[in-house]
Amino acid sequence: MTAPAGLPPGLPNDRWHRWDTALWLAPIVAYVAFPDHLVLGSQIAITALFALSLDVILGYAGIVSLGHAASFGLGAYTAGLLAAHGWGEPLTGLVAAGAVAGLVGYATSFLVVRGQPLAQLMITLGVGLLLVEVANKANKWTGGVDGLSDIVMWRLLGVFRFDLAGRTGYIYSLVVTLAAFLVVRRVVSSPFGLSLRAIREGAARMPALGAPVGRRLVAAFTFAAALAGVAGGLLTQTTQFVGLEVLSFPRSAAVLIMLVLGGAGRLYGAFVGAGLFMLMQDFLARRDPVYWQLWIGGLLVAVVLIGRGGVLGIAETVRARRAARGPR
Amino acid sequence: MAAFITVLFDGVAYGSLLFVISVGMSVTMGLMRFINLAHGAFAMFGGYTACVLAQRWGLSMFAALPVVLVGFAVVGAVLERVVYRWVSKTRPLDQVLLTIGIAFIATGLATYIWGPYQRALPLPAVLTGQLHVLGVDLGIYRMFLIGMVVAITVSLHILIERTRFGAQLRAAVDQPDAGAGLGIPVDRVFTGSFALGSGLAALGGVLGVDVLGLDPNFTFHYMVYFLLVVVVGGQGSIVGSAAAAVALGVFDVVGKYYVPSIGAFLIYALMVVLLLVFPHGLFRRGR
Repeated sequence: MTAPAGLPPGLPNDRWHRWDTALWLAPIVAYVAFPDHLVLGSQIAITALFALSLDVILGYAGIVSLGHAASFGLGAYTAGLLAAHGWGEPLTGLVAAGAVAGLVGYATSFLVVRGQPLAQLMITLGVGLLLVEVANKANKWTGGVDGLSDIVMWRLLGVFRFDLAGRTGYIYSLVVTLAAFLVVRRVVSSPFGLSLRAIREGAARMPALGAPVGRRLVAAFTFAAALAGVAGGLLTQTTQFVGLEVLSFPRSAAVLIMLVLGGAGRLYGAFVGAGLFMLMQDFLARRDPVYWQLWIGGLLVAVVLIGRGGVLGIAETVRARRAARGPR
Repeated sequence: MAAFITVLFDGVAYGSLLFVISVGMSVTMGLMRFINLAHGAFAMFGGYTACVLAQRWGLSMFAALPVVLVGFAVVGAVLERVVYRWVSKTRPLDQVLLTIGIAFIATGLATYIWGPYQRALPLPAVLTGQLHVLGVDLGIYRMFLIGMVVAITVSLHILIERTRFGAQLRAAVDQPDAGAGLGIPVDRVFTGSFALGSGLAALGGVLGVDVLGLDPNFTFHYMVYFLLVVVVGGQGSIVGSAAAAVALGVFDVVGKYYVPSIGAFLIYALMVVLLLVFPHGLFRRGR
């Protein structure tokens, strides 16, 4: 991806803006306005968190991953297996989900970061497919194709029961997503985050500035994997079900599409993209899944050919009316 | 032993198909560093076209082959000029997204037009049945496949090593800028090889209906296999792709036959290991 046009030099500013408050008030409004759609709401929050984790490696570090669902699924299965085997405490389950996904992410990151884009793509794709097969064959634990459904969650903080209307799930997902957003925002605004962007723009020059490219990318990849694991864990805990789908290639492709649709490398792009995508899917796919595939395909082609930078990118372009664009 | 040879033979035939379909992708990836995840769509539509030709007009598979080859070469050339040309060659993400988009569109279209079912293409009577060679049963159709692939490989080899177009192609693969500086129309060479690759993929799709199956998920289902052939074989290498495709086919078929419990696991594991050991493929042109 290209850098968002017109970024100021020096460390990015992550001060909380009036807009941020307004944006984060939206879910509260939604809670009151659409009490019947809270399940969809928490799905959107979880998916946004997942897309945000991809943004760290794709939007900031510039690593193309076709297997990000591997981390998501690892988190989902970790949380699911814990709860199915008698430990239904949500918060520790979430921590475990993030830890497992982060550990596996750390191990695979060494394979990923050293290669060319094509090799990165193939390795991430391969690891993702490998995990699907593992989960499929280990059906004694994972339930295989049928999924893992005997998940019993304890009360959140010992007080709030996960209700059928999804009220607890909604607030829980939102709070976790907000917390993760604040962490990611701090990380990408730090010198570390700046060095990731620099690596994306010119990996060959970074060693000359004394930045260890490999180690930075490993750290970013691990961080993103752990976040994705937390998102996966959230999905398991709020839906109390895990299926093979959490690891699948379509999920990896979908999250990539959302992020690009919203605008990669922009933090809120993950939210805009996930929201748009999920709402459209809910609206369109219910009518006819065939048209849904055509829609998605058409959107992708359009984003690449016309709307570079996704929704937020277009908004920026409109605002900054063709500000200096980097050399090709 | 005889059973093993039969399985091995099936694997070689299967790998040959993978080669026909992916060789075009190998050339375009090597030539312009263009990652085309939708390459399998050509094979899928080629297969469907042959089915329609057979059903509507009663055309046999033999007659469908040249029609599909030429028709999809034209389609490929047009697509290259109209869509692919406009995507940056230096941004892999754009290529990945665009071609995934096209793969989605292809899947949706195929489902819309032909429905989500498996399709079958009647084989010409000459190609059905088995042949006993030295006490081993060999499917005639699979022998035909291997024969076709040998013919295609030889023609491709002659095209690339002996003709003017081939020389331009090789030059453009190794040094696109220097080639352009010497007056080679790199753009046109790319369109030409893209067209050829698309036509071959469609041809492979027709030949493969019986072996690979045909349904709207074809593009995504075999995407990994085609990518694997290209990446393991080394981008832009015909011989490398052929070797990788046959090895992959044998590995997959033998694995699924003898250790079905591991299933597809084997192939993905192989993929990761090969990528680690040979990050640039087994055979690599240039550099």
